[in-house]
Amino acid sequence: MSKRITIDPITRLEGHGRIHLFLDDAGKVNRACLQVPELRGFEKFCEGRAVEEMPILTQKICGVCPTAHHTAASKALDQLFAVEPPPAAKMIRELLYNAFVFEDHMLHFFFLGGPDLIVGPTAPGEKRNIFGIIEKVGAETGKKVIEVRNRVRKEVIGILAGSATYPVCGLPGGVSKIVSEQERLDIERTARDAVELAKAALQIFHDVALANKIYHKLLHSDVFSHRTYYMGLVDEQRKLNFYDGMVRVVDPEGKEFATFKAEEYLDHLEERVEPSTYQKILYLKNVGWKGFVDGKESGVYRVGPLARLNAAEAIATAGAQAAFERMFDVLGGKPVHNTFAYHWARLIEALYAAERMCELASDEQVTDPKIRNLPTETPSEGVGVCEAPRGTLFHHYKTTPDAIVKELNLLVATQNSAAAIAMSVEQAARAIIQDGKVSDGKLNIVEMAFRAYDPCLACATH
Amino acid sequence: MTEKPKIALYWCSSCGGCEESVVDLAVDILEITQLADIIFWPVALDTKYKDLKVLHDGEIALTLINGAIRMDEQASMVRLLRRKSEILMAHGSCAHLGGVVGLANFFQREEILQRIYHTIPTLKHAGEPIFPGDESAGGEPLPYFNNRVQTLDQVVSVDYYIPGCPPTPELIKEAILATLDDRLPEKGSVLADDKALCHSCPLVDSKPDMIHIQRFKRVYEVEWDPTRCFLDQGIICLGPATRGGCGARCIGANMPCRGCFGPLDNVLDQGAKASALLSAIIDTADSKELEKIADSIPDPGGLFYRYGLAASMLRGRLHRLPPEGRHVDDEWEDG
Repeated sequence: MSKRITIDPITRLEGHGRIHLFLDDAGKVNRACLQVPELRGFEKFCEGRAVEEMPILTQKICGVCPTAHHTAASKALDQLFAVEPPPAAKMIRELLYNAFVFEDHMLHFFFLGGPDLIVGPTAPGEKRNIFGIIEKVGAETGKKVIEVRNRVRKEVIGILAGSATYPVCGLPGGVSKIVSEQERLDIERTARDAVELAKAALQIFHDVALANKIYHKLLHSDVFSHRTYYMGLVDEQRKLNFYDGMVRVVDPEGKEFATFKAEEYLDHLEERVEPSTYQKILYLKNVGWKGFVDGKESGVYRVGPLARLNAAEAIATAGAQAAFERMFDVLGGKPVHNTFAYHWARLIEALYAAERMCELASDEQVTDPKIRNLPTETPSEGVGVCEAPRGTLFHHYKTTPDAIVKELNLLVATQNSAAAIAMSVEQAARAIIQDGKVSDGKLNIVEMAFRAYDPCLACATH
Repeated sequence: MTEKPKIALYWCSSCGGCEESVVDLAVDILEITQLADIIFWPVALDTKYKDLKVLHDGEIALTLINGAIRMDEQASMVRLLRRKSEILMAHGSCAHLGGVVGLANFFQREEILQRIYHTIPTLKHAGEPIFPGDESAGGEPLPYFNNRVQTLDQVVSVDYYIPGCPPTPELIKEAILATLDDRLPEKGSVLADDKALCHSCPLVDSKPDMIHIQRFKRVYEVEWDPTRCFLDQGIICLGPATRGGCGARCIGANMPCRGCFGPLDNVLDQGAKASALLSAIIDTADSKELEKIADSIPDPGGLFYRYGLAASMLRGRLHRLPPEGRHVDDEWEDG
């Protein structure tokens, strides 16, 4: 008689989920099933709405990564109205965006996925959280983390975009609010503190996480790898970019498979429905769906921090570039396939985001009062793309000539990695549970397999 | 040593923004954990449902629930939490009024499922469509996607409401401390000031006593003066019909209010109130002209009921017929 073990709810992630493990008579894991038991319906109920409301409406898909939806929506509006934002507006958007990626990656390292590394994968359940981290790293460091992250939210995102959680500044062809010189100076100061915090987080990762025996084993074991395709936005020099660029896909050997513009996404990506979950699963159309398997013949691909670093050739800021080289050096070169390396890649990205914030905030051009170009064209169709913390995000709108949404399609970050996340959970369960015996610590390692991706299941079932 | 009171936080059909707002308490959260134990909070703690089920009825001093109710499982969870909790608060717009997700009530359940799982252009079309929860396709059972979005108080009795999308950290902190200090107001209260946003709007001095609108302008069409009242410039702002307490954060970013703090205490229906207020400032006596000006408001339903459709008298398009034999939960029996 087979046995079922259910983890319900899975925790320390954004959104709802549960994991079923199906064991055979010998106590080995036959199959795992990750279910997302929710759905909201944005792709239907945004129909009929005024399209200029999309940046503030679609971002309600996710209160953890709202700025990603806000930004993809604003960029879709630029294209829909055929209007280019002035230079200062682009800078403000990118500054806002990097502030957001920074604070979101910090949220993962200190609140969501990081406790497994810092407090330990099999530490008691009641300690595997932010409060346990504060105990471990000390109250002073812990408070500093909370304080700097909070300042980036309140005093950078809040100042640029109105609210620490929900930005409202995005308009077709620009943004709604100029940055004063005093605000620029304040943001620059906060950005410098963000760089220090990102460096401190990387240091904690090196000193504590890499020194943890279990995590070390997970990170260096082939058992926790998938040889998949990787996707991410890159700039003209094929460097990492969160705000803009071309979508680049590399194959499991790291060779370029495709590079395309946002509006060509339908030629490259396809999605499928699985009966056990409300989440739809994306795969590479030109490779095809071969099931939940990795390898070059399978259209399964990954997005998010590790995928972006695999897909990019370099990072444009000095500190992050050095950290990028170090990671690939330690882990044996590109591409890295080990799922637990997502944590490391995420912290390198956080450093890039902080350094990029600094660059943008120290440029006085950001205070230029010319922040909008008014549309003159009749709207019809637009696609916007950006790199959400969890991966590539596409917003596609079609409207009537009077700018009412006729239809929309949203491909949301976590959906890109959905097949791989399910595979990672099953892989971890098979490796960890051998004789039918489970413990809180073992089940937590199963959860660590999805947590590495920092999935947003609310986003995935928008 | 006496045990500290227990606090739980849970989410239903939500986005996580209300959770972020709790995290935005920053170091103040450490102050709260001195006074109370947070025992359940899926976004941040590893407590599972089984740990919750073993608690005694009423053992949790305070539970904050965010998100609307869309899945049958969410309804069951909030019933369980209601039983386990002494005080239960609706945390944020979705639990309070249905929120943005409540806009789904403009559509039938099947229309939503068809769009998402069948006609979206990225889906490969081969054979009959599969829908989540389809056990004949080999799937594991899934919670049911109810016929409509409900507010929290349409499912269980709610003691207090914290408004906003999301509420400010200050309001959340005050709600928690007021519970712990046993100084909560009358049950059923919305825990924020009962004054329209205009009272705390930085542009209020520029708002004239009489506003006359000849055409409503859309934000993409015009540039506006950031120092002047939006309404006076012909741009719809829901400030007059919305409770204040948000810190006028959208206005601070030079954008108009969209109503997330919901109606004032004496207002039954925020959308009806907003539309009445706007009708009053349309500058014409001619009925054809009036119609033309009103028509310059794009998607009035989606605008005036942005956060409150599920709680409104309108409640979206009404579909009173229950699905065959399933989920009595979901019928038009509030409470």
